[in-house]
Amino acid sequence: MSSWLDYTINGLIVGNVYALVAVGLALIFGVSRLINFAQGSIYLVGAYIGWVAVVQLHTPLPLTIIVVAVAAAIVGLIIERFGLRPLQNSVRIAPLLATIGISFVLDQLVMLTFSPNPRALPSQLPDVRFQVGGGTIGPLDLLIAGVGLTSALLLFVFLRYSKLGWAVRAASQDRDAAMQMGVDVNRVNQAVFGIAAALGGVSGMLVGMYYNQIDTAMSLQATLKGVVAEVVGGAGNVPGAVIGSLLLGLVESYGVAVFGTSYRNLFAFLLLVVVLVLRPNGLFASARQAPPEPLTGTFIAPSRPVRIPRWALLVAAAIFAILPLFPVSFYVLQTLINAWLLGMLALSLTLVAGSVGQVSLGHAALLAIGAYTSALLSLNFSVPVGFAIICGGLMSAALGTALISPSFRLRGHYVSIATLAIGEIVSLVILNWESVTRGPIGISGIPPLSLFGYDLISPNSIYWFSFVVMVVLALLQGRLLGSHLGRSFRAIRDDDIAARAYGLSLNRYKSLAFIFGGFAAGVSGGIAAHLYSYINHETFNTQQSILALTVVILGGLGNVVGAIVGAVALVGLPEVFRIAAEYRILIYGIVLLLLVRFRPQGLLGTM
Amino acid sequence: MLSLRGLTRRFGGLTAVDAIDLDLPKGELISIIGPNGAGKTTLFNLVTGLDRPDAGTVHFEGQDVTGLSPERLAAEGIARTFQLGRVFGNLSVMDNVLIGAHTRLRAVKPAVPVIGPLLELGLALLRPAGVRDEEERLREEVKAILARFGERLLPRIDQPAYSLSYANRRRVEIARALALRPRLLLLDEPTAGMNPTETAEMQALVAELKAEGLTILLIEHKLEMVMRLSDRVIVMDEGKKIAEGPGEEVRNDPKVIEAYLGHGLSGTPELESAV
Ligand SMILES: Nc1ncnc2c1ncn2[C@@H]1O[C@H](COP(=O)(O)OP(=O)(O)O)[C@@H](O)[C@H]1O
Ligand SMILES: [Mg+2]
Repeated sequence: MSSWLDYTINGLIVGNVYALVAVGLALIFGVSRLINFAQGSIYLVGAYIGWVAVVQLHTPLPLTIIVVAVAAAIVGLIIERFGLRPLQNSVRIAPLLATIGISFVLDQLVMLTFSPNPRALPSQLPDVRFQVGGGTIGPLDLLIAGVGLTSALLLFVFLRYSKLGWAVRAASQDRDAAMQMGVDVNRVNQAVFGIAAALGGVSGMLVGMYYNQIDTAMSLQATLKGVVAEVVGGAGNVPGAVIGSLLLGLVESYGVAVFGTSYRNLFAFLLLVVVLVLRPNGLFASARQAPPEPLTGTFIAPSRPVRIPRWALLVAAAIFAILPLFPVSFYVLQTLINAWLLGMLALSLTLVAGSVGQVSLGHAALLAIGAYTSALLSLNFSVPVGFAIICGGLMSAALGTALISPSFRLRGHYVSIATLAIGEIVSLVILNWESVTRGPIGISGIPPLSLFGYDLISPNSIYWFSFVVMVVLALLQGRLLGSHLGRSFRAIRDDDIAARAYGLSLNRYKSLAFIFGGFAAGVSGGIAAHLYSYINHETFNTQQSILALTVVILGGLGNVVGAIVGAVALVGLPEVFRIAAEYRILIYGIVLLLLVRFRPQGLLGTM
Repeated sequence: MLSLRGLTRRFGGLTAVDAIDLDLPKGELISIIGPNGAGKTTLFNLVTGLDRPDAGTVHFEGQDVTGLSPERLAAEGIARTFQLGRVFGNLSVMDNVLIGAHTRLRAVKPAVPVIGPLLELGLALLRPAGVRDEEERLREEVKAILARFGERLLPRIDQPAYSLSYANRRRVEIARALALRPRLLLLDEPTAGMNPTETAEMQALVAELKAEGLTILLIEHKLEMVMRLSDRVIVMDEGKKIAEGPGEEVRNDPKVIEAYLGHGLSGTPELESAV
């Protein structure tokens, strides 16, 4: 029995850490209806500042905490001032994309500064453990509990008794009314981002000390966990976030106790999906929420798409089609093959995120499903590769849509969370379902591309194959968007309430978009599997999802030609300029931020 | 045709719609007036399924439709416009109005259970002759609907709705509602923000629709228009129905005057001259 008490204590301590992240998210969501995807990055920054303070400057613990809190708060203020404030009057999707971009930039900066290798972060506390009942508790546990309680108390006093705190509460209750009463929204945002960042930074440092290890992968995990806790508690609900965090900590801890460590995250995301499905407003929401007031402005940037004449498209397609006949280097063909594969993923995402407005952050999971299906079918059942790839596409369409369908009732930023979580779940299932997926070892020896019995091994044939598949998918998608489905998708994106009032079933049309988009992504993943000949659970990761998102925004949301142009640009330009691989993700993040700020409609315009 | 019994909706401590009874016979036009915040829009939301009542029932054509989804109610022939104007900003005028006809699509939406959506996807991609004809017919119909607004919308038929003037967006909303071929039309302040000429045009259009036999529920602040068009007027205040009857009668009802004066005539300047 003693171990159960240990697991409970562990769950509560970890929950306490999550609470520091989740409270910040809840504060921000409360005043600006924004899920701050950069929260985990601030947590990461906090952990590394803590490392610098402890290991290099040898600061005593209390000073370390203060240094981390202040430094993280400054990062938070910078994000608010330069990342988000300029977007205050822009389209609804903009701040969401901005926090995603900021998160990538921060993570990459940390990685480039400190290298991706894990580091030890000693806690400076004596290594003793006290007997409590049947379990044990250490000084670090007490510190974490103490920091948690102190922060909660300080926050309570601030919100309750200070003028600025009152303004924060007023703004989160009714932002417009608060503004009319003279509340300075910028000051409120500043306060909220500063506090959230300070809490997040300290949390990252404490976690680093708790496990005596920090690495750059912490960021995404922290964002996800914080968001899970916040959503469980009810978005924007600060006390709810604390309870949600403790609950999450306990669920994870008991889950680990029963099933083992590799299941920790799976439980977190399953909890999220269950809550989103059963109580989308959180466990403590006051009954059913009224439908939100009409939103002014549109979801995506209004623009008149650049009309490219048909002949120009034909000429461009012809040039790319005959390119291998000219003496171009293998390197160029290789780069373009990558662009075509990314183009297929971008087609899928531009349909889902652009045309229907479901900003998916887990799109790489669709690649993974297609890749694993195609690889396993051809390896285990000797299914011809061409047919296996189509099966991969169909499996992605079916499974991807089934997995995402619980979140169809969600709106805006919630969809992004749900897709991010589902992407993680897919990757965790691949990791843990060893009997089918071969777990962490991955699948090797995947047969090469072949069609009607002919192996496609030469670069030219691979190039033509992927190019033709992408063009066919693009043509089909163009045809789809020109039908009544295209306008139905876009109507749902622009105003789902009005769409429902005119008989459009959100489930039906979101499903159709995911089915079509899932197929394209699955085919792309399938082709990739046969090209790489080896895949594992990390081959298709969140970075690819974000890259695809950047491509789609670069090309113009919903824009079919734009998706392909964006893919060629983002794959090709770093090659042209010979940008080192480490810097690419950073560049993609910066490109995303610049686009959101200065050209939200992308190169060719949103449709 | 439409009958509400004891319809109630509470938001926390506030009862936005408080035990409203209403009977709207086929072909008639009832106006709902009342100061801002009286609960008129909330009542519309309850009738169209965008919000669910805490108590009471909605019957449409003798059928209990309380709490049905908006999609279902649209398919039953209930169309509405929104007070603040909810057009699909990035869709062209044509596409906006075509969405209004969505519930009437037949060729492209075969009523087959379970695989219906997949058939719809297939038909949209293949576009056999039946589907193309249906789309073509609807496009012609949309042009006919837009022609009712004179030269206001037709020349802008391919422009995105976000580029339209406020008044034109309101017109697009009404065109969209008409494309549904509604049996019941709910108009939420169709002339809000319109100048006198535009208001007169809108009034003429609503009168025309009424003359064609359409059943209409109208929320409107402009009393002049309400008096002209309504068979009956219902006055709401703080969620309750405080008066009901022919326009002239309601207008001189002391309770109504009191309600408006009590609210300092907020948001309803037109009433000032009226009462
Ligand atoms: N979704 C909602 N949540 C909470 N209160 C609401 C909501 N919608 C409307 N209300 C409140 O209900 C009352 C009636 O609003 P409404 O129906 O819009 O009035 P009207 O259309 O007559 O001006 C108002 O006090 C408003 O603040
Ligand atoms: Mg209203």
